[in-house]
Amino acid sequence: MRNIIEIEKVAKFYGDFAALTDIDLNITEGEVVCVIGPSGSGKSTLIRCINLLETYAEGGTIRVDGIPVEAGPNLDQVRAEVGMVFQSFNLFPHMSVLKNVMLAPMRVRKSSSKDAEAKALDLLKRVGISEQADKFPGQLSGGQQQRVAIARALAMEPRVLLFDEPTSALDPEMVGEVLDVMRTLAGTGVTMIVVTHEMGFARQVADRVILMNGGQIVEAGTPEQIFDAPKEERTRDFLSAVLNH
Amino acid sequence: MDLFETFFNVPVLVRTFPLLISGLIVTLQIGITSIVSGLVLGLGLALVRMYAPAALRLPVMIYIDIFRSIPLLVLLIIVYYALPFIGIRLSPFLSAVVALTLVSGAYTAEIFRAGIQAIPKGQFEASRALGLSYKDMMVDVVLPQAIKIVIPPLTNNCINVMKDTALASVVAMPDLLKQATQAQALAANPTPLIGAAIIYLAFLWPLVTLVSRFENRLNQRGA
Repeated sequence: MRNIIEIEKVAKFYGDFAALTDIDLNITEGEVVCVIGPSGSGKSTLIRCINLLETYAEGGTIRVDGIPVEAGPNLDQVRAEVGMVFQSFNLFPHMSVLKNVMLAPMRVRKSSSKDAEAKALDLLKRVGISEQADKFPGQLSGGQQQRVAIARALAMEPRVLLFDEPTSALDPEMVGEVLDVMRTLAGTGVTMIVVTHEMGFARQVADRVILMNGGQIVEAGTPEQIFDAPKEERTRDFLSAVLNH
Repeated sequence: MDLFETFFNVPVLVRTFPLLISGLIVTLQIGITSIVSGLVLGLGLALVRMYAPAALRLPVMIYIDIFRSIPLLVLLIIVYYALPFIGIRLSPFLSAVVALTLVSGAYTAEIFRAGIQAIPKGQFEASRALGLSYKDMMVDVVLPQAIKIVIPPLTNNCINVMKDTALASVVAMPDLLKQATQAQALAANPTPLIGAAIIYLAFLWPLVTLVSRFENRLNQRGA
């Protein structure tokens, strides 16, 4: 399997504080990777570097499908291949649900509005929102909004999907519906990197689980390796803290 | 002669009314031209002020501060009476429009900046993550949301520009105020001045109440 994402020696500093240090990570096409770890461990910062919502320090490189992720003419192309789902949905509140999903394909891929609409309706059906296509984001529940956000990201037919704590802002009863959509997606062969606190989801869906702490990757492995036989002390500490409550 | 005869002399008003109307048309021409060019200038300045490299941002910040500080009347007189000394001769109409636009652009820039900065960071991030170009992000996502926020203060600014057009009478522009003062001199009666005041009120009062209504609606939505 070829690498769709190659991260080499990536670091990020806020003044003197090292948010990320010396990250090396390759992700193969179609892989589902869950990134876990305590708050402030650099999980979100790491995936936000992959589409350059955060810059990273000189000396490191990130490549998506061989294209370096850096400011410049290639950046929009990289971003078009990398979809992102945010903790706070970030839907466009002044557009209908349908228009939210149609916008980027029309502007970036130059799809006709007919094609974009057909695809958007199809995607909204896949995430179970087709009834709400003409509503505005403010009229939907959090879980519905997040599913629209997933459809919006999928409309660009990205090679990679980044999820930045997609269920952390949701009421508990809505977490399931969003995770269900993500679970279905994981079966379709799209590469997914999911920053999450949902250990059950990570164990069940991930091909690989990465544990971060203090801006570093502490341990990476299959869900069985990480959850059942963690090698590192810090992994054991974190897991016992999140699993035994 | 009683008070009514002096200030609301109907024959005088009827006689001078065409003059006042021609003045009103000039006033509207100056006002609308300045408002539209001030909006364009202001949007451009706001975008440069926020997103351009530092070397461009600084002069724009200085521009905005200067033109918000200088009294409009002083600026107008400089444009009309001082610039000819360096060979720039503008008609009274252009002088008024230039002075009003320069000042209105500075205020409008600050209004647009506040509006754009009120848009949550997540909207920019979502646009960029989708691969939208800077232009598409601004046109499709940011500005439509910012417009709603800036409409009340922009309308306020329009009212101010409209009121300030009266200063054009100083540079011999036959606007509403100038026509009224001339008519007053001709008729030896102040009724045309009162007429002009009423005309100003008649088209600016509705705008003022409109702003209040916008603001109330925004407040309700915010609550």
